[in-house]
Amino acid sequence: MIKIEKRNDVPMALYFFTPFIAIILTILGGGIIFYILGFNPIEALKFYFITPISNLYGLSELLLKATPLCLIAIGLSFCFKSNNWNIGAEGQLTFGAIVGGGVALLFYNQEGFYILPLVILAGAIGGMIFALIPAILKTYFNTNEILVSLMLVYVSKLLLDYLVVGPWSNPEGFNFPETRQFSDSSRMPLLFEGLRIHAGIFLALAAVMLSWFILYKTYLGFQIKVSGLSLKTAKYAGFKGKTMILVVFMISGACAGLAGVGEITGPIGQLHRMISPDYGFTAIIVAFLGRLNPFGIIFASLVVALTYLGAETAQIFLQIPKYTGQVFQGMILFFLLASDYLLFFKVKILNLKKNELRH
Amino acid sequence: MSLDISFIGILIGSIMASSVPLILAASGELITERSGVLNLGVEGMMIIGAISGFALMVITDNLFIAIVGSMFSGVIISLIFGFLTQSLLTNHVATGLALTIFGIGLSAMLGKNFVGIPGKEFPILFSSLRESIPFFGPILFGHSIVLYFAFALPFLTNYFLKKTKLGLVVRAVGDSPVSASNQGINVTLVRYCCILYGGAMCGLAGAYLSLIYTPQWIENMTAGRGWIALALVVFATWSPIKVLIGALIFGGITILQLHMQAIGFRIPVQFLSALPYLMTIIVLVVISRDSRKIKLNTPSSLGRIFYKEK
Repeated sequence: MIKIEKRNDVPMALYFFTPFIAIILTILGGGIIFYILGFNPIEALKFYFITPISNLYGLSELLLKATPLCLIAIGLSFCFKSNNWNIGAEGQLTFGAIVGGGVALLFYNQEGFYILPLVILAGAIGGMIFALIPAILKTYFNTNEILVSLMLVYVSKLLLDYLVVGPWSNPEGFNFPETRQFSDSSRMPLLFEGLRIHAGIFLALAAVMLSWFILYKTYLGFQIKVSGLSLKTAKYAGFKGKTMILVVFMISGACAGLAGVGEITGPIGQLHRMISPDYGFTAIIVAFLGRLNPFGIIFASLVVALTYLGAETAQIFLQIPKYTGQVFQGMILFFLLASDYLLFFKVKILNLKKNELRH
Repeated sequence: MSLDISFIGILIGSIMASSVPLILAASGELITERSGVLNLGVEGMMIIGAISGFALMVITDNLFIAIVGSMFSGVIISLIFGFLTQSLLTNHVATGLALTIFGIGLSAMLGKNFVGIPGKEFPILFSSLRESIPFFGPILFGHSIVLYFAFALPFLTNYFLKKTKLGLVVRAVGDSPVSASNQGINVTLVRYCCILYGGAMCGLAGAYLSLIYTPQWIENMTAGRGWIALALVVFATWSPIKVLIGALIFGGITILQLHMQAIGFRIPVQFLSALPYLMTIIVLVVISRDSRKIKLNTPSSLGRIFYKEK
């Protein structure tokens, strides 16, 4: 017999353990999907999760993809912890890349140590400004931040499209929808010869450390956490709710902007239409899978980055459509949310025989 | 381009056609939200409806099966959302987002072999009347049956919510699940039904796009319409008739923008394409400023988890 009981408090160990359950269930679910699509599930899963990271180049690619995911998710964790649903990180990433890319294009024929820091700063500010739009509309006009931040994603992508086709397109580019190549001084330094992993990873790690410090060691972090747990308590404690909303959106936007600038100054080296394979949306999953915890997010970004890589590898070797990556990402979040049930409810399997013996 | 009376008739007819997916999806979501459930997976359910409708049309060559099948697939995918939020008590916002991400990925995966296949002509009703009556002809006649259904739906929804006992039950569940439950209403069951109904309407909205409006399968072809539909529900302050008005405004902007592109308006195409999204933001700001107005019809338990101790 199965009995379900409500738990009084959530066991912390289980809280960090259920993401692993979700990952295992996703892999099983993926196997079933591959089977339905007519592939050998074991072989497909091997190409998906093991082949991509079985050499040095693959590992570098994994870190390359995990970097923007980690950065954005760190930013989002500030918003989500305080119950602000910023789901337009993709737009903030795009706008950050536009502003950062604009600065890089100003210096396209110059070299100098100061260029890259300027570009990075511009990207962070761009993302921050773009995230301020839903934040200001939420605080002063009571507007739903989910819808506004999402609508702005479409706006930013159209703006990027306009720029790379129109005023910023490469004059020597035969009308391809892309800008000039950035100068070497605008590019992230590569960490190893022949691999694409670049210094942007240090930005992500710095964001992790800084966010841990802010969330767990400062008054602001305390305010954010309390507001997330109970808005009433936060109000009673006299926290300035509006300022906090603006701040978490700014942090989140800056992180997304940094991720955007990392992509264009890292592996891409110019602006064009496809600067991000929806990193901004996938990072939402990363943030949840990492339990909104800075170190959890590092782990989650690696797992989710692997679904990107695996999808590419599986497409090359087995002609499995690459969209399975997104299906996997959706499944991870589904299973994660479902396994949260175990946090709030105790499932007891009662052994009837024992009970009978006692009587 | 002449702005004569018959052209305006055709223009209004095309505005109506472009507002259909918004009316369908927003009316479905409205019922779901009225029962207290916030399903942000509209975009995902629509795109699943679009691909399954189109795929069924190609496979069976039967438009009826395609339409019904798209609604059915909307139901199936919303069942995932229902099970998670109602039985496993997950967060509505996060689950809805997962549904959208999952739906977009799944549709692209399923649709891989259907890209580039031409669609089939969907039968239109009263096509002879469309030509023979000036001005009113193109407005009232020569549309698909789905369009007529969509334009009746807000009125039916309004009647359902205000005049029927079941409608009262849905509103009671949304406004006060605890007292509804004490009255002996099975809150979870009612919410399940509303979620599945919303799924069916979103599926139909998607199929309208891939079978009737632009009869073909293109990846990501819903292009944010699901999110605009969600915004419309807020815009309409949860009142079905206002959903119709809002959808027509958005349909109008979409058509206007297309016409401006066609005439070669001096504004870059991308700015015109951004209009519907910018308009959504502006409309939301204007509507939401008055928080009393918003609260009047907002289901009080919207997005909150209901759990009954057994």
